Amino acid sequence: MDSKIATHYPAPPPVIEPGHTFESVTEKISRIVLGGRHPLPWFVWLGIGFIGANMLMVSVGYLVFTGIGIWGNNIPVGWAFDIINFVWWIGIGHAGTLISAILLLLKQDWRTSINRFAEAMTLFAVACAAMFPLIHTGRPWLAAYWLFPYPNTMGIWPQFRSPLIWDVFAVLTYATVSALFWYTGLIPDLATLRDRAKSKRLARVFGVLSLGWRGSAAHWQRYEKAYLLLAGMSTPLVLSVHTVVSFDFSVGIVPGWHATIFPPYFVAGAIYAGFAMVLLLAIPLRKWYHVEDFITMRHLENMAKVTLVTGLIVLYGYMMEAFYGWYSANQYEQFMIYNRMWHGPMAWSYWALIFCNGIVPQTLWVKRFRTNTTWLFIMALIVSVGMWLERFVIIVTSLHRDFLPSSWDMYYPTAWDFSTFFGTVGLFILLFFIFVRVLPMISIFEMRTMVPEAKVEGSEGH
Amino acid sequence: MDTAVAQKPLYGLMAEFGDVNALIAATKRARAEGYRRVDAYTPFPVHELFEILQLNDRRVPLFVLIGGILGCLAGFGLCYWVSVMAYPMNVGGRPFNSWPAFIPVTFEVTILLASLTAVLTLIILNGLPMPYHPVFNVKRFADHASQDGMFLTIEADDPKFDLHRTRTFLQQLGAREINEIEP
Repeated sequence: MDSKIATHYPAPPPVIEPGHTFESVTEKISRIVLGGRHPLPWFVWLGIGFIGANMLMVSVGYLVFTGIGIWGNNIPVGWAFDIINFVWWIGIGHAGTLISAILLLLKQDWRTSINRFAEAMTLFAVACAAMFPLIHTGRPWLAAYWLFPYPNTMGIWPQFRSPLIWDVFAVLTYATVSALFWYTGLIPDLATLRDRAKSKRLARVFGVLSLGWRGSAAHWQRYEKAYLLLAGMSTPLVLSVHTVVSFDFSVGIVPGWHATIFPPYFVAGAIYAGFAMVLLLAIPLRKWYHVEDFITMRHLENMAKVTLVTGLIVLYGYMMEAFYGWYSANQYEQFMIYNRMWHGPMAWSYWALIFCNGIVPQTLWVKRFRTNTTWLFIMALIVSVGMWLERFVIIVTSLHRDFLPSSWDMYYPTAWDFSTFFGTVGLFILLFFIFVRVLPMISIFEMRTMVPEAKVEGSEGH
Repeated sequence: MDTAVAQKPLYGLMAEFGDVNALIAATKRARAEGYRRVDAYTPFPVHELFEILQLNDRRVPLFVLIGGILGCLAGFGLCYWVSVMAYPMNVGGRPFNSWPAFIPVTFEVTILLASLTAVLTLIILNGLPMPYHPVFNVKRFADHASQDGMFLTIEADDPKFDLHRTRTFLQQLGAREINEIEP
């Protein structure tokens, strides 16, 4: 920290509490994995996640046996919970990549304590998201030739001018690159676990996973280069993924979907929802595992600020949607926005959305709210609900009153819609808590660079 | 230990240092002394060591660039081949080669192949996966290198390597502990 600046302004809370050494950082994080003692909430949430994942299996099993008639989807609302959930989950994933890649390129050292579990969150959220395009047909085996370009016996190929195919490529690339990025970051930490493991069997498992990493300077030099390149490539990738997701809607001609503001508005919404989810995970984790000295108030406050900024962009998006509806001078667009906001049977969802995403995050302007973990947690929960409602509003209210009044219909979700959705939430919780148990949830080697011992004389640091 | 040394040539000598600055100073001295088969081991990346050991593997970005270019060609080629040659479909009289619509897939495949190349390059150029390496025969190294230890090795195939002289040299550098690395 520059002492000159520190005398003029109150210094921000540190990114790691003072007093830590290489040994203490290593010991504290690796103990969570190797120590084998877990707090009671870990068991409780693992159990909840397990029940949820089973509910998902039953729901998907019944869906495959019966068909999508078990859902509330109808004509004209052909897309409902399945696509809402897909967009919601994939959006949540975006914060992980933002933290690990974009903040790395911007040299934000506070990302170090939160990037590992945020990346894990990305992977699990993308896994939940990717399930919906497969199951929303009710016949997932058909998805093979609908989605993938491979020479099949029917001689049929996918339509590369369709955003739905772009989406397949974007989501699968995103999942692959996120997994690569995550694994690359894990290699040196897996070597640490290999060397600290008490049992020989465990040491062998971590030894295989760490590929024989030994921390030679030649290794590190290539490692840093490759990691930086991965970050550089993930940055446009993550922006492209939600852009392509928004094309799924904006390329269509449905009023309420056909808007050029969709790509940036969707990307901001994704980061907004994702940061809320990172807060939802970070606040209890730091308490249960006593890692408040690694995930400090500085991290929570910074994340709250990112949430506020992206929330404002999203709010601007809502205002622009209303403005376009009026300014388009198109009777369908005007009717759509009037129906969505005032007249329609689902206007309640629009105002619930404005409350969750437009009003509640404004509390984050105040430092006292930003630094209150209980409020941050509640706020993050409200934002997550808000972002789900946003997709509900965009998808359902646009479809249920389309061009021809004779085809208008209401949409009511069924119990299976909810059990599938909450099932994926359960799967996400299950995967996340297994991850916390078996892998270091904070990057150990990057935390080592933050302790005073790592300071090289005559250098400005890394 | 001595009998094992007599049977097989040593891999080299390993010195442990107390902190990262001592390691950097020692590496600098070892290079200045004329040793070339020198390697430094740290539990986190240290940029100063890259400079001293003249490590700058430009093949990593080069391979990533090649991977990206191949991905770009493969992505566009796939869209073109499917939409123009294998399964041409006339939708509203639009051209078969409607290239703007092929950009998203081309972009994604570019990133995919470039990222895969980055990770594969990292693993392969680092000689990983490596199930066995002599440095782990030193107990201090196996216990501390991935946690808090700072190690310097001078390998036996260095033309200047001489067990006695190199050992004395490392002692002069202020090494905390010096070990012979069994092969």
